[in-house]
Amino acid sequence: MTYFGYVLASYLVSAGVIAALIAWVVLDGRAQRQAIEDLDRAGLRRGDRSAPKGERP
Amino acid sequence: MIALANPTRFLKLAATLLPWLWGATAIAFAAGLWLGLFASPADYQQGDSVRIMYVHVPAAWMAMFVYATIAVSALGTLVWRHPLADVSARAAAPIGAAFTLLALVTGAVWGKPMWGTWWVWDARLTSVLVLFLIYLGLIALWHAFDEPSRAARPVAILSLVGAINLPIIKFSVDWWNTLHQPASVMRLDGPAIHPSMLVPLLVMATAYMLLFACLHLMAMRNEIWRRRVRSLRVRAATMLAPAE
Repeated sequence: MTYFGYVLASYLVSAGVIAALIAWVVLDGRAQRQAIEDLDRAGLRRGDRSAPKGERP
Repeated sequence: MIALANPTRFLKLAATLLPWLWGATAIAFAAGLWLGLFASPADYQQGDSVRIMYVHVPAAWMAMFVYATIAVSALGTLVWRHPLADVSARAAAPIGAAFTLLALVTGAVWGKPMWGTWWVWDARLTSVLVLFLIYLGLIALWHAFDEPSRAARPVAILSLVGAINLPIIKFSVDWWNTLHQPASVMRLDGPAIHPSMLVPLLVMATAYMLLFACLHLMAMRNEIWRRRVRSLRVRAATMLAPAE
């Protein structure tokens, strides 16, 4: 294959950037889901206007 | 679109679509890579460096398509005040920036053996670099506001102003004398590429489009969750604050 190094570099850069994008989206999703679960455990839910557990009467 | 204005309904739809979209993306990438790297011929002038086209051109197309998505979302924010329009734009911006970066880097790697230089300040390359800077500007402006709803309108206005760059990128090779080649696929008189190279290019473009659909849906879902987390924390802080 001619220009092998250039072809390899372009495909490796593409794979690296796409892998980083996928990792960012997946990890961000996990972080947000974890935050929602933490808030849920603290007694805070969407549509629930009551105070967090044990904080206010 | 009106039915999807409900974020909860959107989340359910995204959960249904994503496994199918990821499967289609994997199949399209497998087919595109096989066609591009092994089944398509080398170019009679460029040799095997033409295979860079199969990652460079779809990235460049997606850089523009994602910005067009942001511009349509900006209209949704300003005109229709669609609840998910700003979420869509904000989720798309980092993905568009990544595709633009890919187009710039793979273009430089292709340019070195073909043009003898990594970079030249011609109209096409410079206008794509400007697109990358606009993406970074939009992301920075979103982060400059604590409250996402306050950022929506200024970012939407900036997004629409930046959309002027899209036709400049598209027609830069026609309006100015550039080192970059003119359009060879999206032409009024049809593609100028032989089908043996056009088919792998279109399959890879489909793969990139499907990848964007997956990432955009996931990033929108994350943004909806982030805003829910924020509103819950604000509510908790309000309830815990001492009464005046």
